[in-house]
Amino acid sequence: MERLRRTMMFVPGSNPGMVKDAYIYGSDSIMFDLEDAVALTEKDSARFLVYNAIKTLDYGDKEIVVRINGLDTPYGRDDIEAVVRAGVDVIRLPKTEAREDVIAVDEVIEEVERKIGREIGSTKMMAAIESPLGVLNAYSIATASKRLIGIALGAEDYVTNMKTKRYPDGLELLGARSQIVMAARAAGIYAIDTVYTDVDNEEGFRKEVELIKQLGFDGKSVINPRQIPLVHEIYTPTQDEIQKAIKVVRAAREAEEKGLGVISLNGKMIDKPIVERAERILQLAVASGVYKEGMENEK
Amino acid sequence: MKNSIGREIPESVINGLELYQGPFAKNGEVKKAAPKVKPAKPGESKLVSSIEEAIVKCGLRDGMTISFHHHFREGDYILNMVVDAIAKLGIKNLTLASSSLGSVHSPLVKHIKNGVITKITTSGLRGALAEEISRGLMNEPVIIRSHGGRARAIEAGDIKIDLAFLGASSSDEYGNASGARGKAICGSLGYARVDADYADKVVIITDTLVDFPNVPASIPQTKVDYVVRVDEIGNPSGIASGATRFTKNPKELLIAEYASRVIIESGYFKDGFSFQTGSGGSALAVSRFLRNEMIKQGITASFALGGITKPMVEMLEEGLIKNLFDVQSFDLVAADSISRNERHHEIDASFYANPHNRGCIANNLDVVILSALEIDTDFNINVMTGSDGVMRGASGGHCDTAAGAKLTVIVAPLIRGRIPTVVDSVNTVITPGETIDVLVTDHGIAVNPRRTDLIERFMNVSIPVYTIEQLKERAESIVGKPDPIEYEDQVVGIVEYRDGTIIDVVRKVK
Repeated sequence: MERLRRTMMFVPGSNPGMVKDAYIYGSDSIMFDLEDAVALTEKDSARFLVYNAIKTLDYGDKEIVVRINGLDTPYGRDDIEAVVRAGVDVIRLPKTEAREDVIAVDEVIEEVERKIGREIGSTKMMAAIESPLGVLNAYSIATASKRLIGIALGAEDYVTNMKTKRYPDGLELLGARSQIVMAARAAGIYAIDTVYTDVDNEEGFRKEVELIKQLGFDGKSVINPRQIPLVHEIYTPTQDEIQKAIKVVRAAREAEEKGLGVISLNGKMIDKPIVERAERILQLAVASGVYKEGMENEK
Repeated sequence: MKNSIGREIPESVINGLELYQGPFAKNGEVKKAAPKVKPAKPGESKLVSSIEEAIVKCGLRDGMTISFHHHFREGDYILNMVVDAIAKLGIKNLTLASSSLGSVHSPLVKHIKNGVITKITTSGLRGALAEEISRGLMNEPVIIRSHGGRARAIEAGDIKIDLAFLGASSSDEYGNASGARGKAICGSLGYARVDADYADKVVIITDTLVDFPNVPASIPQTKVDYVVRVDEIGNPSGIASGATRFTKNPKELLIAEYASRVIIESGYFKDGFSFQTGSGGSALAVSRFLRNEMIKQGITASFALGGITKPMVEMLEEGLIKNLFDVQSFDLVAADSISRNERHHEIDASFYANPHNRGCIANNLDVVILSALEIDTDFNINVMTGSDGVMRGASGGHCDTAAGAKLTVIVAPLIRGRIPTVVDSVNTVITPGETIDVLVTDHGIAVNPRRTDLIERFMNVSIPVYTIEQLKERAESIVGKPDPIEYEDQVVGIVEYRDGTIIDVVRKVK
């Protein structure tokens, strides 16, 4: 089954209280931050904490992501060394502007993988795009490494560079979001949206999640556990959608069993993309706990 | 000797008392004590000019028992004023029978050292007083009683109050006293009402004398010997906070969400149900989740009980709760509501939770949500001693409502700081595990194995369900297992179960 990445929760790597059991809130991925959330004086201790947390604690089925400091800082290389050794799932690269940024990190990761005997390529990467140049290079970035599982938008730096700010309707981000989600789809990887910082504004958050779902994003970065159930709720298929999807998937299986090239349901022909969408809906429904895997096979 | 839950009780403290044998094992007929009453003649004034005068007129002597209530919480001035006055009069060797004690009462340390107070019974201990007592300040162990247990002890004569000093937010000169009106209101005077019923002498202390008659009165004139006016009975901000706020803490909200799902799926959540929540972050948030679900399902609660807070009052006013039974008002909104809302009823501690009357309202409870400092794999609960073995909590109505309610839910984080909440054996048992049904933590829930019906019900609910041993292992896998606290032999506290038997003792910390 394809991995769900509806929510990626930011956890400051310097906060042991939050690091120790970040999995309880049910986000699909947990992102320990060694970059902006960590003060310069805490870079070493945060790296040490995150390293030991990943090595020692059982985060269950959560995907563990670590946002490292860039290679242009004194910390980037040590961050990579530590988290690859710890066995991180994904390294998140901040402020990616060009494919060379990705390649440079890829090389360091490979170096460490070789050194410690970890399977080459098993450490995945994702790239955060946070500038107009990065947005323009989105496809080139998205295809820079086989390790990449996704690209993400980081909006704060981007809007500043664009000489604007974030507005409630998000129109200022439409171009970047569209470009990123298109690049991700063209490259066959995930697209993750930026954070929403006004944690007490539930209505504004909801609207934004609905918008990015409409645009095609796989999920969103969240900065407060309270945001997680809202994202999951919006990404949870409705019963109506599930029932329709079940019918489509059944029709497709029947056609396959009978060796038919054409799938039809209630006398209408169904295209392959419709089947794919239906399968994705069921997958989301299973992950959201509103549907049990395999129920479409029961009659 | 060991009691039925395996706690070792030294012979030296048993001293004629019985050992705990089960939540309802001690259930025989009881005979109530009766106070002495000095009749008041027409024309006699009850108003005296000072606390000293009241003490003298009441005839307080060495070795007697004095009592106070804790409705003024950390804002209370009265207890310290009175004990200072007693000390000045040279009276010694008193038993202090307060409904509870807080950090504000740290001056008692001095009065224990100078021999004015030699015995204490209370629900709770906090601050410097608690620290000192835990380190062996007193020769006699403190007796920790629950709110229901204290009412029982007073009615049975186990606590014989010679003189009750009862603070009131307002009173008239003839002793009609109220907590709901005045300069510094506390709402219900539920704990004080038992003292007023059973003490030989009752003194009302107020900072707001009002015209006769001050009605409705929490404590009526028929129970009162003297009235004293002082400048201030307490610090209003310490007595009641403006309004209890809902938490935004994600961990508390997660626990609250799990707890409310437990309640909703338990089978007890139906039209006409009843519940009690505490005032802690998670417990309060549960009431918000329940409220939404009550609206969704179109059901109402017949009553809510306990320490009453603003969210409860709002649900009463919305018609979602039909009645509030209030032994203690936790915030100003609740304190004010008692005189405003006809169905917001002030109740006394015996009505609330005394196990040995003809039926306390805790018996009518469907659901109670309670907190815990520690819970062990037998579901025994500690709400009294901290992770350093020092007393810093209160028994409160914990064991009373746990015994009474059909569903007792404990809410607690799995880990506090670096200390696991779920342990092999709690430091101090306040509430026996046989009265606990479900533990709800931020990592998932555990159901008491004796509730097979609930285990079955929760099988298909999307909450992580574990055994309590699994939760303990989970906590230990994250923060490790702390070394046990080292105690000496000296017993500094005796924990009485609500029925008057000894459920545990607290020993001096090394």
